[in-house]
Amino acid sequence: MLTIVYFAWVREAVGLDEERIDRPAPGSTVADVVALLAARGGGHAEAFADPAKLRAALDQRFVGMDVPVGDARELALFPPVTGG
Amino acid sequence: MKRIAIQPQDFDLAAEFAALEALGGGGVASFTGVVRGEGGLVALELEHYPAMTQGQVERIVEDAMARWPLLGVSVIHRFGRLEPGARIVFVGTASRHRAAALESCAFLIDWLKSHAPFWKKEHFEGGATSWVAARVEDDAKALGWGA
Repeated sequence: MLTIVYFAWVREAVGLDEERIDRPAPGSTVADVVALLAARGGGHAEAFADPAKLRAALDQRFVGMDVPVGDARELALFPPVTGG
Repeated sequence: MKRIAIQPQDFDLAAEFAALEALGGGGVASFTGVVRGEGGLVALELEHYPAMTQGQVERIVEDAMARWPLLGVSVIHRFGRLEPGARIVFVGTASRHRAAALESCAFLIDWLKSHAPFWKKEHFEGGATSWVAARVEDDAKALGWGA
């Protein structure tokens, strides 16, 4: 299983703080998982319509969309951060 | 000294300064971010990624301490609902050298703007809300430090 956590407007659009999904196929990238999620339709499709607006972290480290999920346990999907 | 606090509650600026001054370096630089109350804003709601925030901030503080000769660094970042005038963030640095204190303080706040996993939601009079969009200029500032 892979835990996916959502923040900010991505969380609001999906309607969940987090969810668990079956592990994606070996070699899958973050972008592949985003595409899988978008294909569910509804709030997921809305949140993931434009991957360019998303940022990701694998096991609490920022990664690009082209990075393989590998054996990470947690994938976070969120908008660009606005701290400080 | 390395102090990192991610917390909902306010903090005591005098106590933060006193801790940095007590290090004996002779130079303390700081930045305090405060909620702006313009455009009918009634509150700013800060969400963060708890599992990630502490580790990310610790890494950048270590990076700052490796880049500049610092005696101490304090980073405090609040989350939750903050009203206009409330403090959001504090960065304080202490060094024997003023350039090191000032530059590392700027480096840390630029980094927090574009790499700390916080998101701001604005609440306006009448109930409208809006997520604050990241600013390209903030990313550019962080990139300028090579961070």
